[in-house]
Amino acid sequence: MQTNSARPAIEVRDLVVGNGDVTAVRGVSFTIPQGGRMGLVGESGSGKSMTALALMGLLPMGWSTRGSILHDGVDLVTQSDRALSSRRGRTLSMVFQDPLSSLNPVRRVGDQISSVIRRHTGADKRTAEAQTVELMKQMNLPRAEQLVRAYPHEISGGQRQRIMIAMALACYPQLIIADEPTTALDVTVQKQVLRLLNGAVRDRGSALLMITHDLPIIAAMCDTVAVMYAGRIVEIGPVQEVFRNPRHHYTRGLLDSQPTMDNIALDGSSRLVSIPGMVPPLHALPTGCAFNPRCPAATDKCREQMPELGAEALRAACWHPLAKVGEVAAQ
Amino acid sequence: MSTVTPFPAEVRPLLEVRQLSQVYHLNRQNLFGPRPTLKVLDTIDFAVRPGEAVGLVGESGSGKTTLTRMLTGVEKPREGQVLYDGVDVWLGGEAHRKLFRRSVQVVLQNPRSSLDPRMRVGTSLLEPLRSLRIEGDHAARVLEVLDQVGLDKNALERFPHEFSGGQLQRIAIARALMPGPKVLIADEPVSALDVSIQAQVLNLLKDLVKNLGLGLVFIAHDLSVVAYTTSRVSVMSAGKIVEVGKPLDLFNRPQADATKALVGAILSVESGLAGNALA
Ligand SMILES: Nc1ncnc2c1ncn2[C@@H]1O[C@H](COP(=O)(O)OP(=O)(O)OP(=O)(O)O)[C@@H](O)[C@H]1O
Ligand SMILES: Nc1ncnc2c1ncn2[C@@H]1O[C@H](COP(=O)(O)OP(=O)(O)O)[C@@H](O)[C@H]1O
Ligand code: SF4
Ligand SMILES: [Mg+2]
Ligand SMILES: [Mg+2]
Repeated sequence: MQTNSARPAIEVRDLVVGNGDVTAVRGVSFTIPQGGRMGLVGESGSGKSMTALALMGLLPMGWSTRGSILHDGVDLVTQSDRALSSRRGRTLSMVFQDPLSSLNPVRRVGDQISSVIRRHTGADKRTAEAQTVELMKQMNLPRAEQLVRAYPHEISGGQRQRIMIAMALACYPQLIIADEPTTALDVTVQKQVLRLLNGAVRDRGSALLMITHDLPIIAAMCDTVAVMYAGRIVEIGPVQEVFRNPRHHYTRGLLDSQPTMDNIALDGSSRLVSIPGMVPPLHALPTGCAFNPRCPAATDKCREQMPELGAEALRAACWHPLAKVGEVAAQ
Repeated sequence: MSTVTPFPAEVRPLLEVRQLSQVYHLNRQNLFGPRPTLKVLDTIDFAVRPGEAVGLVGESGSGKTTLTRMLTGVEKPREGQVLYDGVDVWLGGEAHRKLFRRSVQVVLQNPRSSLDPRMRVGTSLLEPLRSLRIEGDHAARVLEVLDQVGLDKNALERFPHEFSGGQLQRIAIARALMPGPKVLIADEPVSALDVSIQAQVLNLLKDLVKNLGLGLVFIAHDLSVVAYTTSRVSVMSAGKIVEVGKPLDLFNRPQADATKALVGAILSVESGLAGNALA
C-alpha cells in the first residue's frame, strides 16, 4: 500500500455532531499522523463515541456532521454513504465496546473475518480462509483451526474481542478506532487484549484512536491524549506532559480520582479525591467554561466566557490554567 | 495462606459462613449421559464484623457473586453454614430469618438495571420496607437515608433516567439502607461508573462503615479499588478462597497464583508513562 508519509492518518477540523437542537460534539479538532496513537478520554456522555461514529460515518439516525474529516486524501464529511461503507474495514476500522452486539450472531466467526478480507482485497475463498486462521493465531486465539467454526455466543468475551480486533486489522487500515475495547472485560483478560492490540497496531504501522475513560490505558498505549468534556476538547498534548503536568482543572481532577496502590494507608483510612458534581446534560450546559460548576478555580470570567484551546503543543482551554513546572500560575 | 487479624478477634462476626460449598448441575452432554456438576464454592470460610470493611476479589467466574447469594440467603448452600449474629439462618426460626433478611442488604453493579425505570425514586426507596413488611414512620426514614447518602429530597419526585450513573448508585445505596441493615454487600458497585464518580461512591461507602458501624463486603475485579475501601481482602479462585490478607500485603507480596495474576493486571498511569505497563 502506497501512503504519503507526510499526510496524516486523519485530520479532524471543527467537527460538530448534532441532531436538531442537541449538539453532542461542539467543535473538535485533532490530527493523528501516520502510525500515531491518540487517546481520547473523558467521562461518559462527553461525546467520545459520537466523535468516533462521525469518523466512521456510522452516526445514529437523525444525527449529522459539520466541519471536515480529512483521511486518505478525501473529506469524509462530504462522502456518500456508499463510499464510506467501502472504506470501513479497509482504510479505517473500528473495534466496539461490546463485541457480542457488533458481531453477527448467526455467522461463524471465521466466515465473518474472511468475508471482510474477500470484500476488500478480492482474495479468493481459500486464501481468505488461510489468512483468517493466520490472523487468529496472531491474536493468540487457541485452536484457531477449530475456533473459526464457532459462533459468537460459543466463545468468551475476551476471545470475541480478539475476533473483533482481528477483523478490524485484517486489511491493514491506516487508522483503527477502538472505543472502550476492554471495558466489558475482566481485568486479567483486559491486559492480554490490550497487549495484543498494541502489538498488532504497531506491526501494521496503523494509527490508533483509543477511546476510554481509563487513564492508565491511555498512558500505556498512546503518545498523545485529548481530554474531552461536554463535547469539546479541553486539553490536548503529549501524554507524558499532560499526565505529568496537566494544565486544565478537569484533567487534574481525573488524574487525582485515579486509585493507585502507591498512596494507600495501611489501616484502610485512605480517601479518594473526587470531582464533585456531574457532567452537565447537553440541553443545559452552563455558560462560559462548561466545567465551571465543578471547578475549584472558577471565577466570574469562567462563568461568562468560553475559553478556547491555544496554539501551543500542549494546550488547555482554561482561563486559569495550572502552572507548568517551574512557572508561576497564570492570573 | 497468610493469616491476619486486623480486627479485634474478640468482636463476634455479624455475618459468617463456615465450610460452605455449593454445587451446580450443568446440562447433560447427551441424552443418556450423566449430568455434569460444577463445584462453584468449595469449603469457604468468610466473616464480616460490625464496622469492618472486607474485600472479595477474583477473576471472572471465580464464585464471588455465588457467595453473595449465600450471604444474603437467596440460595441455600449444599454444605456448610450461614450464620447471622451467631445463629444458623437455615436452622434458626422464622423470626431470626426475618431479622437476617432485613439486616443484610445488597448493592449491585449497574444501578440503571437495578432500579425500576417507571418508578419515581421515592417509590423505589419505599419498596424494601413494603416487601419486608417493616412498620414505622417511612417518610422520616426516607429523609434520614437521603441525608446519609448526600442526596437532596427533590430527588424523590424524579425518575431514574434523570440521574447520572453516580447519583443512581447513591440512590441504590440509599434503597439498600432503608431497612436499617447491619451488613451491606456491594457487588462491583463502581465498575459501571466513570473514575471521577467512582471516587464519590467509594468514599460514601467508607463513610457509611465508619458513621453507621456497618459491616461491608466489597466485591471487585480490581485490587486497587478494593484496597481503598477495605482493610482485609479474600482472594477467590475457582470456588476457593486461596489467600487472605491486608490489601497492601497482597499487593507487595502476593502468594497465590490467582493473587499474582490480579496484581499483575493492575495498570497504573505511572507504569504506563514509564513504558512498561504492557510488558
Ligand atoms: N445458576 C447457575 N448454574 C450453573 N452454573 C452457574 C450458575 N451460576 C453461576 N454459575 C457458575 O458458577 C461459577 C461462579 O459464578 P459467579 O457468578 O459466582 O462468578 P463471579 O466471581 O461473580 O464472576 P464475575 O466476576 O464475572 O461476576 C461460574 O463458573 C458460573 O458459570
Ligand atoms: N443514539 C443517541 N441518541 C440520542 N442521544 C445520544 C445517542 N448517543 C449518544 N447520545 C448523546 O450524545 C452525548 C454524547 O454521547 P457519547 O458520544 O456516547 O458519549 P461518550 O462516548 O463520551 O460516553 C450524550 O449526551 C448522549 O446522551
Ligand atoms: S476556565 Fe475557569 S472554570 Fe474552566 S477549568 Fe479553567 S479555571 Fe476552571
Ligand atoms: Mg461511549
Ligand atoms: Mg459476579
